[in-house]
Amino acid sequence: MCGIVGLFIKRPALEARLGALLAPMLVEMSERGPDSAGIAIYRDPVAEGNTKLTVLATQLAAGESYDWRALTAALRAAFGGIAALAEYDNHAVIRLPAPAADCVAWFNREHPELLLTSSGGVIETFKDVGLPAAVLARYGIAGMGGSHALGHTRMATESAVTIAGSHPFSTGDDLCLVHNGSLSNHNDLRRSLQRRGVQFRTENDSEVAAGYLGWRLREGDSLKQALEHGIRDMDGFYTFAVGSRDGFAVLRDPIGCKPAVMAETDDWVAMSSEFRAIATLPGADDARIWEPEPGVIYNWERG
Amino acid sequence: MREFDLREQTVRDLNAQLHSHHGSDAGDQYRVSHPNGAHAVAAGIDAPLKVDIDGHVGYYCAGMNKHASVRISGTAGSGLAENIMSGTVHLRGNASQYAAASGHGGLVVIEGDASARCGISMKGVDIVVGGSVGHMAAFMAQAGNLVICGDAGHHLGDSIYEARLFVRGSVASLGADCVEKEMTDQHREMLRKLLERAGIDADPDEFRRYGSARNLYHFNIDHADAY
Repeated sequence: MCGIVGLFIKRPALEARLGALLAPMLVEMSERGPDSAGIAIYRDPVAEGNTKLTVLATQLAAGESYDWRALTAALRAAFGGIAALAEYDNHAVIRLPAPAADCVAWFNREHPELLLTSSGGVIETFKDVGLPAAVLARYGIAGMGGSHALGHTRMATESAVTIAGSHPFSTGDDLCLVHNGSLSNHNDLRRSLQRRGVQFRTENDSEVAAGYLGWRLREGDSLKQALEHGIRDMDGFYTFAVGSRDGFAVLRDPIGCKPAVMAETDDWVAMSSEFRAIATLPGADDARIWEPEPGVIYNWERG
Repeated sequence: MREFDLREQTVRDLNAQLHSHHGSDAGDQYRVSHPNGAHAVAAGIDAPLKVDIDGHVGYYCAGMNKHASVRISGTAGSGLAENIMSGTVHLRGNASQYAAASGHGGLVVIEGDASARCGISMKGVDIVVGGSVGHMAAFMAQAGNLVICGDAGHHLGDSIYEARLFVRGSVASLGADCVEKEMTDQHREMLRKLLERAGIDADPDEFRRYGSARNLYHFNIDHADAY
């Protein structure tokens, strides 16, 4: 079991409150996933040609902190003086004046000890083991504004409870995936993707789904096409929520094993594993509420 | 009339109070506000109570209901009225998966749509859905009536035993051993009464009836060599 929440703001005046609205939704899903939690939030776009990265120091001992100051100096030496780094405990959000591919290559070469959890122009991701409320507090999510966000609470079934195994998983620039369910053909799919050059950091089945979608997108699929191929190639139970630069998409497996509910008002569109998370939102009582049909891709994008 | 506000009180408080009534206690009325998607609201009642729930409920609302009349003004999560024994559960909105699953008796009314597996393994309950149902409705249904005023999804009545299925709209596909059957005057009259009890306005003449071909669960002497 896991919990998923997603929130897309329609009324710009509410964007400043995105994190404050998302946090209670995620806490409400604690019973579905008390072992880890994660958030992808879309906010503060960088200028054209620049890149925003989130990196995560996964190997810290208790009480130890990463030397972000040294990393900042190294970034400025490599990318110039306007490289910027914002610390969030064991995470850092980094802005660099270079294309994403160059930034990712630099990190993979120079700092393999850091886990690169997102890259793009808008996305930031935060995740950790522990109760959702503690994870939210650790990174100050409730104080963050933005256009849309996804959250995940994890109850691990297929692999270890680790920070690297927590959701969201990056699937490409400004794209990420959260998953409720379990894939039954993930080992086979992982091997076949590895032969195509996709790298994996964990034994996690959801990371395979993320890697699969990332591979399809690089092959030229749109997000919708990638998910359509996913229905064919991924075997198992899933509700996926996939965040993109402009919105998010929701897909349930064709048998409809895992729950999902959606709601919409003039102010927002929300999805969750259960309605009680959506009930925390203002105006939820009068929202249009429906259950996404199995095997059907639902997509919200900024117009 | 007793009031429960689930912002102030817990589902456990509510259900303990509802469970304090036993079979013979009659007539008490309850109003429950702000369920906000909570699970197991008014589950396990065993008395002829009247319970009105104002809002949206989570999983297993009015599960195992016996004797009581439970009305919900909003939508319901998975397992509405699961294993209902008797009484009535009436939902104004849409229901999620396996509504009225394995119900033994009583009446479940869903004014909106029900999603997948509505009435799975139903054992005598009557279910009236004002809208449409998702896939695998009445899977392994054994007894009772499922009335669908809208459309039915794929594999309606798969592996059905003896329940009666009435559908006004289209059927995406029938499951194994489920076939269309003749709609007799007797069936129309039964359906008319059931719709009336449910308070759903629909013309019995517009429905088609589906049921078991009885090929799956009857021993066929021609297959004796297989054993």
